[in-house]
This record gives sequence, structure tokens and C-alpha cells, in this order.
Amino acid sequence: MANTRSAFEASLDELGVTVTHTREAELTAAIEEAITEPAVGVALDERFVGETFSLAETPISVDPTPVELREATTGVTSADLGIGDYGSLVLTMTDEASELVSLFVEHHVAIIHEKDIQPDMDAAVAKLDERFNETGESAIIATGPSATADMGALVKGAHGPRTVHVIVVEEGA
Amino acid sequence: MATADELRELMRTEGVAIAENTQAFNSGRYDSVADLEDYEDLKRAARSIKEDAIADLPNLLDQLTETIEANGGTVYIADDATDANNYIRDVVDERAADRVVKSKSMTSEEIEVNDALEADGVDVVETDLGEWVLQVADEAPSHIVAPAIHKSRESIAELFNEQFDPEDPLETAEELTRFAREKLGEQIIDAEVGITGANFITADTGTMALVTSEGNARKTVAATDTHVAVAGVEKVVPTVADLHPFIELIGRSGTGQDITSYVSLLTPPVDTPVVDFTDDETPLSEFDADRDFHLVLIDNGRLEMRDDEHLRETLYCIRCSACSNSCANFQSVGGHAFGGETYSGGIATGWEAGIEGLDVAEEFNDLCTGCTRCVNACPVGIDIPWINTVVRDRINRDKDAPGEWLVDGLTPDEEDDGAPLQKRFFGNFETVAKLGSATAPVSNWLADTTVARQAMSRVLGIDPRRDLPTFERETLVDWATNRDSQVDDPERRAVLYPDLYTNHVQVERGKAAVKVLESLGVDVVVPPAPSSGRAPLSQGMVATATDHAERVTETLGPHIEDDRDVVVIEPSDHAMFTREYERLVDETTFSDIAENSYEVFEYVFGLLDNGASTDSLSTVEGAEIAYHSHCQQRTLGLEAHTVAVLEDCGYDVITSDVECCGMAGSFGYKSDYYELSMDVGDRLRTQLRDDGVQDRPVVASGTSCLEQIDALLERQPRHPIELLAT
Repeated sequence: MANTRSAFEASLDELGVTVTHTREAELTAAIEEAITEPAVGVALDERFVGETFSLAETPISVDPTPVELREATTGVTSADLGIGDYGSLVLTMTDEASELVSLFVEHHVAIIHEKDIQPDMDAAVAKLDERFNETGESAIIATGPSATADMGALVKGAHGPRTVHVIVVEEGA
Repeated sequence: MATADELRELMRTEGVAIAENTQAFNSGRYDSVADLEDYEDLKRAARSIKEDAIADLPNLLDQLTETIEANGGTVYIADDATDANNYIRDVVDERAADRVVKSKSMTSEEIEVNDALEADGVDVVETDLGEWVLQVADEAPSHIVAPAIHKSRESIAELFNEQFDPEDPLETAEELTRFAREKLGEQIIDAEVGITGANFITADTGTMALVTSEGNARKTVAATDTHVAVAGVEKVVPTVADLHPFIELIGRSGTGQDITSYVSLLTPPVDTPVVDFTDDETPLSEFDADRDFHLVLIDNGRLEMRDDEHLRETLYCIRCSACSNSCANFQSVGGHAFGGETYSGGIATGWEAGIEGLDVAEEFNDLCTGCTRCVNACPVGIDIPWINTVVRDRINRDKDAPGEWLVDGLTPDEEDDGAPLQKRFFGNFETVAKLGSATAPVSNWLADTTVARQAMSRVLGIDPRRDLPTFERETLVDWATNRDSQVDDPERRAVLYPDLYTNHVQVERGKAAVKVLESLGVDVVVPPAPSSGRAPLSQGMVATATDHAERVTETLGPHIEDDRDVVVIEPSDHAMFTREYERLVDETTFSDIAENSYEVFEYVFGLLDNGASTDSLSTVEGAEIAYHSHCQQRTLGLEAHTVAVLEDCGYDVITSDVECCGMAGSFGYKSDYYELSMDVGDRLRTQLRDDGVQDRPVVASGTSCLEQIDALLERQPRHPIELLAT
């Protein structure tokens, strides 16, 4: 797992995505350090600290209004899976609008638990295959910030975020 | 068909941007796939998934329809463009939508849905930045993945500044992107309907994959309450697991990115709430995810293509653009010349012939020279040159045969329905060469007279700026017949195939090959043999090429049975024996000749590898040389053998890496294509004139390449085998 995680972080580095790691207990501090206000977010599920993590302790506006979302600089969501050899994040689409929060902002902060980092694309697709067949859900495999080369040179930050930061949550308190 | 004037104009106006961008994609592809350990396995898996899916298409479509309907969506299978557009117009009308936002979709270009909706008074906005540039400029895509690839940053800035008159004039790519993002961002959140394409759709779960980088497809779906996905029926694959090889291959094969920023895997309807973006009171989660989903699957000729044994492979295409980017001609002219109504690049011939018809395919089909550089680049292994050849054959047969008096015995071919005269001339070049040698040097003097060149230009479209080949009076076969074998106790026995050019024009390289093989202990015979059929095949004269293939295999068969290896100097003929003949002769005949044929350096490499010594060859100590391999030789993985042998013989070798020299057999001789051919050749010239290369003697394996290099440089190139002969 240590190898998978370091491969994941090396891939993120190549994509220009910054990474920090934190113990579960210090997650709030890690989030605060990663965001630029105004920030909006989606509460994290129990995978991260054993119970739902509301982000209430942070300056993040959780479950914002659409106007707040549009005015926000940072959007904080969890990532369901990581993909080691690509540095990809698998983002789900919840009814709490995680898709909007990760997309309609300049800066996306994704929080991932280290045990959810898959070694490669093959393993990640196998997991998605299983899950989609069970639940009929959707996902985005997001790799680095949005980008375009349509304006005569590569530009990071097209319709989606211009920068992405990943917080890896380590096992144990 | 694009004329020389039209091609020249395109190269002048769009050529620089096209060349720069396609070459960047192409070299990105080489780098990116090199990082992929199981690249070949992934390609095989992708190919096999597509083969099976197309074979099982009717069942998969039924299964997909059931799945989507069970998920709460609607599926509409449209016979043609009008049918599809009428359905989409109804959906938009029922939603009472004022604005439709679209993410990039070639299939929606194919049906021209924008025009249909705009006629109803709907505001249709392209949100892919490249598509939007073209919408503002009112231009057509020039590339299937990067539609505005022909536009430079400067021309986009000029366009935006003129159209939108921003406070501060826009200049950098960053500024242009920001401007477009803001402008389109406002329009996206205010739209009711979102139209996307779909790269793949899985029958098991109804999941569609959308491969994008900008994030506009995500927004198009997330910000609207009605999602219409438009896709060809061929996009369905059985399962989510089947997406794996495609996700790994599509970005790498196309623009050379390991993966694009976003691969959306949507199983509509998605859970994302439909929000009112002007609401400042209601939390996001309190909005409902009340979203309609319509999947419009388009036949438009595809099911007929499925029944067409030669066009069927086209349906495996995942629209990655590898065949465009790896194509030397495409790199010069782009999709405005090398493309039809919708699709561009090598595979476009299959798409346009199947969807629009032969007349549209004919407009650009001749730009495929059959160099095969796209074949290994294609992630699903489509034999794109073969599709181009078959369609060319059909186009030829669609035409009236030229008057018999014009061909006058020069065209003893098998083309009952008649290819155009120029194609028949080049397709029957063997007859010309035989006559040329028999009457040399008079034939050479006559051919070079002004009157003759004018006639050739007028009647056959042979460009007067090209030097013609000079025929030798004594052919290689004549020479070999008049001499005895120099090997008493042979290690191996070979039959050297006297290809047309070696036999009649470049006889010296043939003699060199015989001498080299003999020095390495090989007993060599050079029997008379028919030409390979490469010339007629490249003109789309498949029946004539088949006739050649049959006669060649009949001629060489007894030698093979007699335990002789077939050694071939001309790489394009070697590729016929080991690749194209599979299409022309029966399976056993093909495997006999394919398994026993060797490109001459491949053979020498094998001899040296099996213990022969370079002592008997002409060797040097560190002499510098530049080597240009041949396109078809590289596709077969045989460039390395020449380099290795030359290095064994003491040469310091630098190789070119352009995809093709530009001559490509008869292509560069044709008046319509002479300038394009030279433009392609210019990239090779640049490499051969680089620092550290410019003083090196040049060697090249292909006849065409040698002629082209001869025209490009002052240095006269030679076949590398001539370096080895003592």
C-alpha cells in the first residue's frame, strides 16, 4: 500500500496537483490549510473519521446556496477512489451536489482515504464495474485540473477548476 | 477532389498551425504509449471488444434500450439525420427551451443538429472552446478531436477582439480561455437542455463514457434539466469492465495525453440536483434531481456498413485521431482537405463512404498514400489503408472507362470497369518499365523531351517538375542470368526478388545485394518475376493487384518449395508479400510467402546473428551516416535491422523520424499533389539538414524515398546495401 500511495503522489506531482497528508485527528487543520476562502463543501461520510465529518469546524460553507457556490473560490469534496499510476481521483455524484462543488470552483480540494487508493486503472474500473452494477451510480475520473489547448497553447483551468489539491488521510488516529 | 490550387491555399493559410499541432500530438502519442507496459495487450483487448460488440450489435442495442428505460431514460434509434433531428427538436420543443448548450460531439456535427434547432429559433451554444471558436468564426472542424486545430492563437485573438470588442484586447491563450470561460459559463447555467455525445455506452448498466478535458461536458449535464446524448449505434459495448482498455488508450492515442482531465462515467439520470443558479436561499441538497434523459442512437448508414465486409472495421473506430496525427499528408493540409462532410483523416474514408456515399469519399480519398503509418497507431488495429484502397477501387468502378485508344496497350490490367487513365498508367507501371529498359537509352531521351513531358502532364497529370526514372538497358535479371554463383558450399539459399525498380532502374543496388548475400555464404538466384502489384494496389486497382499477387506467388512458390528464402530489397514490395497479400491470395499461399520473405537487411541481420561475419563485407570505422527508413518497413518493425547491421559494419547512424518522405510511390509525381508531396518532404529535408546531420551521406531503403531525397537535397542518397558490398 505504501508503494501505491507513493506512486499516486508521484503521479499527482507530475500533474501539478499538490498533496498533503494528515492523520484523521488533524484533518480539520489540514483542510483549513488547503482552502482559499470563500470556500464551500460537502460533508464527508463515515469513511474518514468513523462518523460523518460535517466540516462544521472549518470556515467552509457546507451545503451552500447556488449563489454561494458561484461566488466560492474553493470547493471541498471527498474522492471515492484514487488511481496510483495516473494520479486520478474518482469523484461520485451525490444528491448533495458534490459534482457542482468540485466543478464550479477555481480550486478543488479532494479528500481521499489512503486505503481507497487503487494501484492502477484496471483495479479502479473493476471496482466501478461492481459498484455501477449494484447501485446504478455515476462517477467522474478526474485527472489534474481542467485544461484546454484550443486557444493556441495549453492552459490549465478551462471550464472546471484551475488548481486541485489532494489531502490523503492516513490510517489511525 | 482538392486541386493543387486549393491544397496550396490551405497549406499557406492553415498549414503552419496544422503541422505544429498534429506533430505535437503525434510525438506525444509515441511518448505516452511507450510508458504503457501492456500497450499491445490493451490494443488487442480493445480490438476484440469492438469486434464482438459489432458482431452482437442488435442484441446489445436491445439490452441497452431495456437498461436505459429501466433506469428511467428514453432511447430513440434514428434511421438517419432527419429522423434524429426531428426527435431532438421535439424534446427541445416540449421542454420549451430557449437555449441548448452542447459539448463536443462529432455525431451531432454529422446530423447537423445545430442548424435544425436554430431553424426553430433555439439558441444553440457550443461549449467546447475549440467548437465555440468555430461557431463564432462560422468555420468547419479541421480535426476530429481538436476541431480548431487550424487556427493559431493570433487568429483566435483577432476573431474575439473583432466579434466581442472586449475592454482590453485579448492576446494570450490564458486571456482567451478566461474570456471564453466567463462568457460560456453564464450561458451554460442559463440553459435548459444539454446535448452531449458519448464515446462509449455500456449495455449492462446504461453508463456512458465521455472523454473530455475542459469540464464543459460535466457542466452541460450538471447545469441543465434535460440531457440529450447523441451517439452512433456503434458506440455500445457490453459492460462497464469493457471500458478499461479504452480509458487507457484513447487519450494516449489521440493527443498524446496519458488520460484526459475528465472521463465522465454517467449512468443517467444522475443524482446531481438541478439547481437555480440565481437562488441565494436554498441549499444545494434541497433541490431535486429532476432530470430527463434521452439517448438518441443514430444508424445513418452504420447498420449497412456492418454488413459490408470491408467497411465494417470502420465501426470499431473510437475517434481518437491517431490516424490523422500520424499521417504525413494530414500534417500538411489538415481536415479541410483531408476530410469529408464530417470526419477527417485516414479513417474518414470509411465513415464518409458509409454515411454519405462514394462521391464524398472521393473528394479526399486519394490523399491516403497507403504508407500504413496509421496502422500501428490505431488503438483498435483498423487496417485504414485497406479501407482507403477498397473505397478507391469502388470509386474507380463507379466511373466510365477511359477510351481504349488512350491506354493503347500500356494497361494490360484486370480493371473491367476502368480506373481513370492516370491511375491505370501508374497501376500498370510494370509495362512502362519493361518498355523503358528494352528501348533504353532512347526511351530515357524521348521521355525527357519537352514535348513528351507536356503530353505526360496534359494526358496523365505527371508533374513536369519531377525527374523521371532512368531505365537501364541491362536489367538485374539479365545481369544475374549471365553470371555464375560465387558460392560453392552455401550456408543458405535465397531467391532475390527483382522488384520493378531494382530490376529496371536501380540495378546497382540489386547487384550490391547479390554480392553482399554471396559474401555471407548465400547462394542467390534472380529469376524473372512479375511486379508485386503494389503499383495497381495503390491506385485502388484491386483486381489487377490480385492478378499480380497470384502470378508472383506462382513464380516464387517453386523456389520456396526448393528451400530458398525470398529476399526483397524494395520495402513496399516486401510489405506486399508479408501484409497486403493476406487480402489478395488464399491463406496457405499467403503464409507460405509471408513466412519465407525477408527485407534484405532483415535477412543480413539474421545471417550475422547466426554466426556470419562482417569480415567479408565492406566495413568502416565510425563513419557518420544518416538513414531514412521506409514507412511500410517501419510499420513492420524492420527499421532497427538496417540500423543494427550498419552499426555492426562500423557506421555511426542517425535516423530520421518523419512519418513519410512524401513521395509515396506515384503520389508525388501527380501534378495535383506535387506541392503537397514537397511540403511533406520538407520535414525530412529539415531533419537531414540539421546540425550534425547536414554533412552525413544519406542512405534510404525505399525507391520513392531515394527519389524524393534526391529531389530534396544536393547529396545523392543510396540504398544502404550499396555500402556493404565489397
